[in-house]
Amino acid sequence: MRFLVALLSILPIGAAAHAAVPEQGGINLQDAATRIMERLHWFHNYLVVIITIITLFVLALLVVVCVKYNKRANPVARKFSHNTPIEIIWTVVPVLILVAIAGPSFSNLFYQENEPDLEAIAAAEGDNPNIYPDAAEQGWIAVKAQGNQWNWTYSFPDELDDGGYPVEFVSNPLQRGLSSDNLDAARGPRNLAVDYPLVLPVNRYIRYQTAASDVIHSFAMPAFGIKTDAVPGRLNEGWFLVEEEGTYYGQCSELCGKDHAFMPIEIRVVDQDTYDAWITSLREGDFEGAFEGIDSAQVANNSDRTSAETRLAQAE
Amino acid sequence: MAMDQVSTVHDDHAHDHKPGFFVRWFLSTNHKDIGTLYLVFAICAGIVGYTLSGLIRLELAQPGIGPLTGLMEWFGYSGDQAIEHAKHFYNVVITYHGLIMIFFMVMPALIGGFGNWFVPLMIGAPDMAFPRMNNISFWLTVAAFIMACISMLIPGTGQFLGFGGGWVLYPPLSSTTGHPGPSMDLLILSLHTAGIASILGAINFIVTILNMRAPGMTLHKMPLFAWSVLVTAVLLLLALPVLAGALTMLLTDRNFGSQFFDPSGGGDPIMFQHLFWFFGHPEVYIMILPAFGIISHIVSTFSNKPVFGYLGMAYAMVSIGAIGFIVWAHHMYTVGMPVDMKAYFVAATMVIAVPTGIKIFSWIATMWGGSIDFSVPMVWAIGFIFLFTVGGVTGVVLANAGIDHVLHDTYYVVAHFHYVLSLGAVFGLFAGWYYWFEKMFGVKYNKFIGYAHFWTMFVGSNLLFFPQHFLGLQGMPRRYIDYADAFSTWHFWSSMGYAVTLVATTIFFIGVIEAAVRRRKGVANPWGEGATTLEWTLSSPPPFHQFNELPEVKPQSHH
Repeated sequence: MRFLVALLSILPIGAAAHAAVPEQGGINLQDAATRIMERLHWFHNYLVVIITIITLFVLALLVVVCVKYNKRANPVARKFSHNTPIEIIWTVVPVLILVAIAGPSFSNLFYQENEPDLEAIAAAEGDNPNIYPDAAEQGWIAVKAQGNQWNWTYSFPDELDDGGYPVEFVSNPLQRGLSSDNLDAARGPRNLAVDYPLVLPVNRYIRYQTAASDVIHSFAMPAFGIKTDAVPGRLNEGWFLVEEEGTYYGQCSELCGKDHAFMPIEIRVVDQDTYDAWITSLREGDFEGAFEGIDSAQVANNSDRTSAETRLAQAE
Repeated sequence: MAMDQVSTVHDDHAHDHKPGFFVRWFLSTNHKDIGTLYLVFAICAGIVGYTLSGLIRLELAQPGIGPLTGLMEWFGYSGDQAIEHAKHFYNVVITYHGLIMIFFMVMPALIGGFGNWFVPLMIGAPDMAFPRMNNISFWLTVAAFIMACISMLIPGTGQFLGFGGGWVLYPPLSSTTGHPGPSMDLLILSLHTAGIASILGAINFIVTILNMRAPGMTLHKMPLFAWSVLVTAVLLLLALPVLAGALTMLLTDRNFGSQFFDPSGGGDPIMFQHLFWFFGHPEVYIMILPAFGIISHIVSTFSNKPVFGYLGMAYAMVSIGAIGFIVWAHHMYTVGMPVDMKAYFVAATMVIAVPTGIKIFSWIATMWGGSIDFSVPMVWAIGFIFLFTVGGVTGVVLANAGIDHVLHDTYYVVAHFHYVLSLGAVFGLFAGWYYWFEKMFGVKYNKFIGYAHFWTMFVGSNLLFFPQHFLGLQGMPRRYIDYADAFSTWHFWSSMGYAVTLVATTIFFIGVIEAAVRRRKGVANPWGEGATTLEWTLSSPPPFHQFNELPEVKPQSHH
């Protein structure tokens, strides 16, 4: 039965596109939710074309030599072993291909890595898809993700509570493969959903920082095109701006011990008002209240559950 | 008694007067016997490493934590306790799969096995330069392997056995924070020992190749396999001490209160990663270069044509080795490096594609105009060229830091390095095995079994690893015992691919047993005039001591 399900699921049925969830049988990058990822989509498509052509070219050459120069077709081998022009060509052409790759590669790298200058962007005119002047006027929102064995602590360094401490909460996974797992599908896809997601506003410049309290973890969000290690003793940072509201899932991407597979990252991107209400409640210490409005927000979940449960759950 | 016997043998100039069983195989100083020992050892270690990968694919065949929990229940754990043990055990399995396949399967087979067997034969030397050092290299490797296996069974962290921090051994997961138990200490000792063995072996190869070539064989007339082992040995000699240094620092961090990698004492975990990958990146070329050498000989032999662009091929390997030392941080794009540093490593990494491309095209040019005999080693070699190309082009994708931010530590990376190693180095290994089997053991193998092995392996390993590209693109992280349900389709097919390779591996052993039982007598040169290197001038198997009169390489002769 399982075999049949897996066999059938290879067919592209019901592949309704939705942001930021891996799709059953999917063969490409997750849909982009940020300009960073959009550019990477373009770049990856560009690379796939190049590498496919190279691979097919090598394959074609192999087929040609196998057909034309096998023992039957060509009983007497020629004895040449040098041909300077062709050697120059197959040295120079790859260099040119690499240069053609390096251009967009560096452009994307610097776009991702260099923190945008919001003042300059706010003053910018014209229709440049890489910058968001309206968002820039509102400044940065800073969030810090600290990896622990095995959950994430999110804090907002600029949002202080009554005691003057930054707002901070722990985001735990709903599943750890154990009998106590919460397998309620309404809470989100298995192994991706958390109890308290990180909430961020749409169309705002977000500066994220990563740190770790024990071993190295990695904060990854495929739909945003980001992955930054959380290293003890270091504070790494990066930026993104999410263009669409929705629920986005990522997973810890550096081996961190026993429950490495069970520290997912869930980010709810909501409108500015919802975010403001949420962060205000958090600042005021009303933790459960803050998430009440958020929980009713739609959970992005298009993954067909393939009756996958832990051994224990199956037994029960 | 034993010593007497050895000295008798050395005084005796009769070619095939072999010492008794114990002296011959346990106190061996003969490069061919040591080569055979390495091959037998690599097969044993390969069975262990391959079984571990079987556990991985069995566990990932369907979502949820299943088979490994069952295994833990069999060991007497129950309920959630069994699951917790399964989760740690999975990490142990992936860690030791990597370490064993690298240090105890591919390296001993390609360098220790084929290197020992054929470097002296190809360069016309009677033996290696330091036969006793050769012996200790081998037995240290065995000792290291036994220690690694024992370290799987002693406490790693808390109640869990074995080290489960990945083959890259990153602290703090590998320091007392992550794995306080003695398992990691024993693993460090094991890797130190394996490292010493490899360094001694590397010295031996370098000295042998530089000093013991037959009269008239200049470096530029030396067979490409000897070139590949020379470059590999230099890489080993330069890279392994760096690993040894990093491991020693880790050891003192763990046991003597130093804080090299501990930020609370001013250390930095990232420094370990730099040291590790300064070793680790040359290490991947250490594994693939000897396969390059083997493929060159096979392609030339069965095309009945000299190697195209011999000097270009030799210096492509030299430049791959040299550039291999300046690209290490492309394994670390996500650790928080400055953007300019990333840009440098992107550029340097992509440069490697050029000499690699030269090698691929030169192999095809060697075949061009030839008279190709599709013998068993040749189909493995052609498979190697194509699959290594596939693995190479995904390497070009990963070299770009921008896209690597998405693909780093996902199954895309797993697919990439298995295409270059499991379908590259291992295909090279099997190609060499079928190329030299008759020479080494003096018996013929069954060709039909050889072809059957190739085709099942080709289909199986592609089915196993190609879907992993899709998983990685979709965001499936590495080293996960359980995954989001949407990943189940491709994981299922990947595990089916493993099942096919299981059939292939069975066919391989059937072939070995069949050849051993039937004992069809081998001939000196089964491959005809295309096989030009010196090992084919000797009987199969070669005499116990060869080249008592050194062969002379004429100035105008081909390499």
